[in-house]
Amino acid sequence: ISHGHGGSHSSSGGSTLLGYIGIDTIIEQMRKKTMKTGFDFNIMVVGPSGLGKSTLVNTLFKSQVSRKSAGWARDEKIPKTVEIKSVSHVIEEGGVKMKLTIVDTPGFGDQINNDNCWEPISKYINEQFEKFLKEEVNITRKKRIPDTRVHCCLYFIPPTGHCLRQLDVEFMRRLSHSVNIIPVIAKSDTMTIEERQEFKQRVRKELENNGIEFYPQKEFDDDMEDKSDNDKIRETMPFAVVGSDKEHQVNGKRVLGRKTAWGIIEVENPNHCEFAQLRDFLIRSHLQDLKEVTHNIHYETYRAKRLNDNGGLHPISSNDTQESNL
Amino acid sequence: MDQDKEYVGFATLPNQVHRKSVKKGFDFTLMVAGESGLGKSTLVNSLFLTDLYKDRKLLNAEERITQTVEITKHTVDIEEKGVKLKLTIVDTPGFGDAVNNTECWKSVADYIDQQFEQYFRDESGLNRKNIQDNRVHCCLYFISPFGHGLRPLDVEFMRALHEKVNIVPILAKADTLTPIEVKKKKFKIREEIEQYGIKIYQFPDCDSDEDEEFKQQDLELKESIPFAVIGSNTVVEAKGKRVRGRLYPWGIVEVENSTHCDFIKLRNMLVRTHMQDLKDVTRETHYENYRAQCIQSMTRMVVKERNRNKLTRESGTDFPIPMVPGVAESETEKLIREKDEEVRHADRAPDSVPDREHESHQSSEQQEPSDPRDDRER
Repeated sequence: ISHGHGGSHSSSGGSTLLGYIGIDTIIEQMRKKTMKTGFDFNIMVVGPSGLGKSTLVNTLFKSQVSRKSAGWARDEKIPKTVEIKSVSHVIEEGGVKMKLTIVDTPGFGDQINNDNCWEPISKYINEQFEKFLKEEVNITRKKRIPDTRVHCCLYFIPPTGHCLRQLDVEFMRRLSHSVNIIPVIAKSDTMTIEERQEFKQRVRKELENNGIEFYPQKEFDDDMEDKSDNDKIRETMPFAVVGSDKEHQVNGKRVLGRKTAWGIIEVENPNHCEFAQLRDFLIRSHLQDLKEVTHNIHYETYRAKRLNDNGGLHPISSNDTQESNL
Repeated sequence: MDQDKEYVGFATLPNQVHRKSVKKGFDFTLMVAGESGLGKSTLVNSLFLTDLYKDRKLLNAEERITQTVEITKHTVDIEEKGVKLKLTIVDTPGFGDAVNNTECWKSVADYIDQQFEQYFRDESGLNRKNIQDNRVHCCLYFISPFGHGLRPLDVEFMRALHEKVNIVPILAKADTLTPIEVKKKKFKIREEIEQYGIKIYQFPDCDSDEDEEFKQQDLELKESIPFAVIGSNTVVEAKGKRVRGRLYPWGIVEVENSTHCDFIKLRNMLVRTHMQDLKDVTRETHYENYRAQCIQSMTRMVVKERNRNKLTRESGTDFPIPMVPGVAESETEKLIREKDEEVRHADRAPDSVPDREHESHQSSEQQEPSDPRDDRER
C-alpha cells in the first residue's frame, strides 16, 4: 500500500471559481441525527436526608422528576442501609428529547454508624459500567447501547459553615475516580454572603489537601479555552444553592423562591444564591462534556481494569450470568 | 428563551455536541474503483477542488501487463467555514487492466477487511484513546459508458464488495452519451443491479415530516442512480462565464450544469446531505457484520482446535467427547463452551436473537438478495 499526502488545502484562499464544496454542512447532518436519536442523562444525588436534594432536582429540570414526586411519602422512614432508587422520565425541549434518570441514595449518611455507606453507591456505579461493557463486547451489538452509567453525582454538603465532615471527604475521595462529582452546598440560605464565601474557600482548600478532584477535573481540560472557562467555574465551586418548587410574587413577577418573614429568597436570582449558575453549568454548557468524561475516562478506566483482571475479555453472549467484579 | 418559565436549557445539547466536533474535525474515507481511463482521478479532483494526482505518471500498455492491483491512499486536509475535514482517497490502480482479471477485486476486498480488522483490534484493546478510523465509508464504482450496461467484471466486483462497503455506482464519462442514451443506460443498469442481487448504498427514506421540496429532491436522487458524471480540471469560457468543463468543437460540456450531467447531484449527496449517513451505515452495518463474523469464526477455530486435541488424546473415538459434569472447568473452558452454545444458537435460530435481524450473519452462500436497510433499526 502506498501513501501520499496532498498537503493542506483551504478553499477560501485558492480558486475563487466555484470554490465551495460544502463540507460545513456535515454539522447540520450530525445535528439532525442527534435530534432524532435523543439523549440519555443520568444524575445521582447523594447526601443525608433533609438537605433538599429532591427539591433541587425538580427545580433544575422544572419538572417533577425526583423520586419524592413519584408518589413516595416525604416522611417515609430512613432505610437501615443505603438504598439506590432510580426514576426515569422523558422530557422534551426545543425538539430535543432527553431520557433523564435521577438516582437517589436514601439512607446515605443518616445512620449512627456510617462506615462504608458509600459502598452500595460505588457498587451501583460499577454495575452500570459492567452492564455497558457486556453490551459492548456482545457479538451482536445494539445500534445504540442503552446508557445507564452515572454521568454526574451531585454531592450535597450540609451548610454547617465550618468545614467538610469526615464522611464528605471519605465519600468524595473514594468516588471521584469513578464518577464526576459536583459538590453543592445545600440550603445555603442559612448563611450570609460572607459566611458563604469563607465556607466555600475552606471547603475548596480541604478538597485540595485531600487530593480530591471534583468535576471539571483539571487534568481533562482539552485546550486553553476550556481551561480558562473551567478555571472560572472551579473557583466558584461548590455552588451554594437553594431549591424551591413554589412561586411567589416579587416586583410584579412570579418567581421560584422561599418566603420567610424577613424576605423572599429568589432561587434564580444570582444575588441570592448560585442556583442559576449551577443550572447553566450543568445543563446548558457542560451536559455533553459530563457524558464524554464519563464515557472516555471513567468507563475506559473501568474497562481497562476489567480487561487486565480477566486476562483479556472474551466476547460473550447476552445469556451470560453476571459476574460481580467489585 | 430565558423569559420562558419552563425553559430548562438542555435544548442546547446539539450545540454542545457540535462545538466539540468542530474542534476535533471530521474524517471521511472514499474509495474509487473501476478500470483505468474512466476519469476517476479527474472526478475526485473536481469533487473536492484539489489536485491530488498532479504528480501521477501514466503507464503504457506494456508496463500495465506486469502490474497487479495496487491500493493507494492519498490524504488531504480541507477546511471550510471553520469545519475541518481529513479526506482520504483510496484508489485502485490496475483494477481490470490485465488480460485475465479473475479475482482482481480480491486485493480491494482484503484492504477493506484489513481496515475493519485493525479497528476491531483497536476497539478491543486496552488503550482506546486515539483509535484511528481508516474504514472505507464509501466506494464510487465507475461503470464504463461504452458497454451495454453492466459487464461481468462489474457484477462480480460489486457482488464481492456490497456487504463490506457502501457502493455508489457511477456512469463514467457521460459526455460520450446523448441524454436519451444516458436514460436508457441508467435504466438498464438499475435493472441489472436488481437482477444480480447487488446491494448498492440505499438512501434512507425521508421522514414523514420533511417538507415537499426535500421529498422531491430525495425521490430524484433515488432515480438518478447510477450518477452520470463528467469531471474536469480545466476552466473554460462558456457564454461569457468561466466554468469547469470540457471544450469540444461542437460545444462546451459544463461539469456543474445539472442538465449536462449528475455531478452536482453526486457532490451534494456525498458531501452535503449523506456524508454522515454513509459513515453511520459503515459503522452500524458493514463493520458490525464483519465483527460478528470475525468473532464467530474465531470461536469456531477455537472449538475445532479443542476437539482436535481431544481426538488425538483418546484414540478410537471419532466424535467430540462431551464435558464431564462435575469436573471443575477453567475460566477459558467455560467461555469456550458458552461461545459454542452461542454459535450453535446463532446458526439455528435466527429469529430468537432479540435486537438485530440475523439474516446477514448467516454464511453468504445461503443468502438471498435482501435490502441492506433491513439490518438497520429505524
